[in-house]
Amino acid sequence: MDTFLSRYKNLTALFAVVLVQLLLLAYQIKGEGEVRLLRVWAIASVTPFARVLEAVRTRSTHVVSDYLLLVGTHAENQRIKKALDNATLENQYLHAQLATADRAKALALFEESSPSKTIAARVIGNATGSATHVVILDRGTTSGIEKGMAVITPQGIVGKITGVYPNASYVLLITDPSFAAGVISQHGRAEGTLRGKGDGVPTVERIANEFKVEPGEWFYTSGDDRIFPKGLPAGQAISVHAGKLNQEIQLRASGLASGLEEVLVVLNGVHGNIPEVRPGNLSAQPVTMLPAPPQDKASEPTALSNTSYPSTHHTSAAAASTSSASNTGGVRTDADRLLDQYRKIGASLGHVFGQSGNGAPNYNVSLKPGVNPAAAASPAATEPSKEPTAEPTTGPTAEPSTGPLVDRAVEKPAPKP
Amino acid sequence: MSYSHDEIAEPPLRWGGGKYRLLQIAGVALAAILFQFYVPRLIKLLDYLELPLLVTLYFPLMRRSPVSGLFIGAGIGLAQDALSELPLGMFGIAKTLIGYLAGSVSQRFDDTNNWVRLVLAFCVFLFHQVLFWAMQRSLRGEMIDLNWERTLVQAVLNALVAVPFFAFLDRVGLGSSSSR
Repeated sequence: MDTFLSRYKNLTALFAVVLVQLLLLAYQIKGEGEVRLLRVWAIASVTPFARVLEAVRTRSTHVVSDYLLLVGTHAENQRIKKALDNATLENQYLHAQLATADRAKALALFEESSPSKTIAARVIGNATGSATHVVILDRGTTSGIEKGMAVITPQGIVGKITGVYPNASYVLLITDPSFAAGVISQHGRAEGTLRGKGDGVPTVERIANEFKVEPGEWFYTSGDDRIFPKGLPAGQAISVHAGKLNQEIQLRASGLASGLEEVLVVLNGVHGNIPEVRPGNLSAQPVTMLPAPPQDKASEPTALSNTSYPSTHHTSAAAASTSSASNTGGVRTDADRLLDQYRKIGASLGHVFGQSGNGAPNYNVSLKPGVNPAAAASPAATEPSKEPTAEPTTGPTAEPSTGPLVDRAVEKPAPKP
Repeated sequence: MSYSHDEIAEPPLRWGGGKYRLLQIAGVALAAILFQFYVPRLIKLLDYLELPLLVTLYFPLMRRSPVSGLFIGAGIGLAQDALSELPLGMFGIAKTLIGYLAGSVSQRFDDTNNWVRLVLAFCVFLFHQVLFWAMQRSLRGEMIDLNWERTLVQAVLNALVAVPFFAFLDRVGLGSSSSR
């Protein structure tokens, strides 16, 4: 035996070292035990270096950007633009202030507005190994962070906490191959699984070909994974291809789009709703409107003076809501009523809207019972001296322009019930 | 008088023993791990670089000893494991085998030849990635696909970096020529 061991000394040593590590692995994987002491030592010995490096980098960047570059810019501006007045200088100063606004402030604003309880943290390093996508935060158990918590930015989800130490924690990024999260598409409400692929472009799996998903559509967290609160942006589909059973959807991860410097760890998540508009679409932000007043039965339905308002909150532009209200038969605003009236006039005159060459119908005819619209539409019938009843009594109907009517109708004061 | 197989096959160490050499290895390994820990976050382009693996390859090559190679590999691998979210031993086992392999190969090839280093670094990187992937599937039960295209590109890039990196380590006195 001794001869065998001495003859194969190298292989014996290799076998012993690998066996020890295999046993260590088995202890950790099967028993879900963790060799915490070794990790704590390693983290504690490396994080000071990382902090120092990060501090040096941040300060040197600030020195360059705040002093050297600004001095150069200032001198250049002085040389080239001596004739600028104080207002221009002030304007430039304000623009510079806006451009150099700290991301931390934006993060703090998001933190305040978010219903979930979050805590800001700074990324101080990468986990070793090019195959994994893990970053290290400068906050740990002393800040209340626990394993399994979600990590987000105002732009979207970033990853989840997979390891926590007193002053540091690991974040498994959504681009890591072992990452998975439940997501839902914005329009089709198709539920799928977000998976990392290791190359920076995660995919959404398990969405059947029958569901309609288009490139550019946003995906949000569904909350099913019990990690991310529902309603957080996950990313935008950049390519959608039909597979054998399920679609192959590639996502541009919105949370990682602008780099990782500061993040938010969700300490206590609150589920939200899937927004109807895409993030950042300011033109389609929700508009609050008052509920509708009680119906006045004595009022004339076509009179513009009787204004009513939508009973629910609208989220789209006025034109869209007007057309939708008319189509569904629920006339709600004066603009809707007027549009409805014009359609009836057009129908009674046999006018086909959208067909060129017919000209516009005469919108001044009345639709009161007993009056023939076709006769009223004739030139003789529209003369005020001969047919005074055909004269429209409402002012705005004399201007058959549908564009400004929406605004005008909204500006009308609400009638007293 | 009889000699064992190892006594005949294993040439004398190029490096002298002593704490100084050990500290040199530990210092370079720590620097490589720190590099992997910090730099790819700032320069995304360097994400492909597996510097601890190159260090694991270099020192056993220079020492020409499989046993010291496997211990160097195990040390670097376990340190890398400790700083990753993986269970301890994943990188450890992979780099132990790499260290042993590099120490064995160095006895049969001219390790100062740049072409040999290039091919060796390419093959070792591929072996490391495939081994790591296989361990993730078999030991951890993670059904992860191996991206061959990406792995091959990474292997080429790491091999291209390995040649000047090894030459640099030779030049600063960590290699065979100046340490002999």
